[in-house]
Amino acid sequence: MLIFLKEDDMCLAVPGKVISLNDNGTGQVDYLGSQVLANFSLLPGLRIGDWVIVHAGFAISRLDQKEARRTLKLFQELEKQS
Amino acid sequence: MTGSVSHRTPFSDWRTRETTEHLLRAIEAETRHLPAALKLMEVCGTHTMALHRSGLKPRLREAGIELISGPGCPVCITPDYYHEAVIDLLTTRNDIIVCTFGDLTRVPTRKGSLQTVVPQPGSRLKIVYSPEEAVQEARSQPDKQVIFFGAGFETTIPGITFTVKTATELNLKNYSLLTAFWLIPPALKAIIESGELAINGFIYPGHVSVIIGEKPYAFIAEKYHLPGAISGFEPADILLGVLSVVRQIRSGKPLVANEYQRVVKPQGNPQALALMEKYLSKTPADWRGLGIIPDSGLKLKPDYSAFDALKKFSLKLKPGQAGKTACRCGEVLKGLIDPGNCPLFGRQCRPDSPQGPCMVSYEGACLIEYKFSGAKDHD
Ligand code: SF4
Repeated sequence: MLIFLKEDDMCLAVPGKVISLNDNGTGQVDYLGSQVLANFSLLPGLRIGDWVIVHAGFAISRLDQKEARRTLKLFQELEKQS
Repeated sequence: MTGSVSHRTPFSDWRTRETTEHLLRAIEAETRHLPAALKLMEVCGTHTMALHRSGLKPRLREAGIELISGPGCPVCITPDYYHEAVIDLLTTRNDIIVCTFGDLTRVPTRKGSLQTVVPQPGSRLKIVYSPEEAVQEARSQPDKQVIFFGAGFETTIPGITFTVKTATELNLKNYSLLTAFWLIPPALKAIIESGELAINGFIYPGHVSVIIGEKPYAFIAEKYHLPGAISGFEPADILLGVLSVVRQIRSGKPLVANEYQRVVKPQGNPQALALMEKYLSKTPADWRGLGIIPDSGLKLKPDYSAFDALKKFSLKLKPGQAGKTACRCGEVLKGLIDPGNCPLFGRQCRPDSPQGPCMVSYEGACLIEYKFSGAKDHD
């Protein structure tokens, strides 16, 4: 039960982008223009612009962009091989 | 793929048809050398969903991989008597507000579902998206007893547990939890040890792993010599996980591969783990279909019993009370049958008339199968 982007849609395990940080450890996460209030207490040190996975109101993981690029490269190499 | 997911991140590029085709070919190149098709369990309901939505299941079957859905749906594995205890509270007391996630309210039991029962005047049900809304409710309704009823795996447990921290800080006397907290690794151990299913490997749940990291699965590779891969939820992520498991089988070196490193850190989420450690302790838990599994659940430590609805309201969770129905969710959750093998599937049991939790939850194998396999044509 992550987030329902459209009606009758299953939870999408996709990252959203942090667009605001409040003093009380919460902030807004943007999913293509629809915004969700999330609690950031389980991920200290978040910054605006970070991509996060939010589950039932809590950000639980920060997306590591370097790793994401590494996986993408791996796919590209696979394509070259086959 | 189906193109039904339009949300783009800077990393959506691997959702292309070419990527999945290349990965499928790489998997085929490995399975070609194997004598029989491989049976892999995708533990997580969100994986089941992604596999169906992307149409990967039949493609993988052609490539020699049979994927079996596991017990990874918290609503599905929570026995009816949890719901019945909540129903008893709502129908006998006049000062109760039960806050819970939407799909839990539709699970049918002998006593009806949370949504169909009529609470006493003064009591009511409130559907929330985040457990924090339940704390808000307790603050704004000081004359009521607010109970958060939540079922969840490691992914959801920290957020629910956080509300106890908040409620302690706010000195809230009218807030408590009724939880069905389930831990994935002990359930996998029980599935392996039951020996009912010859599984060749696991696709581990991505977002459970976000919290617990890689180590809690290590015994599966070390003691049972079964391979596994932590996987994300894009079609390419799942295929990458499958490819890794197949390669582990071919090399004879089972391990816990992390194919979702952009999101899952090897050590998990330390804040979430510390929170669980502080407030919760392990307990045997009764899984629908799987039965009682040692150390597979979590409950509030005695120090926090003021927030434990079971103690506060002297609730009894009575195993074995549920009347026998024809619903075969238990076997679906163990991977013993496909939803289509249940005689009620698509007939008496449909999303608008669910006969069991597996047709209710968004992560339930029966609902997913119904939505994506054209079961609507059944009658
Ligand atoms: S189809 Fe319905 S009745 Fe059959 S196992 Fe699934 S939920 Fe239970």
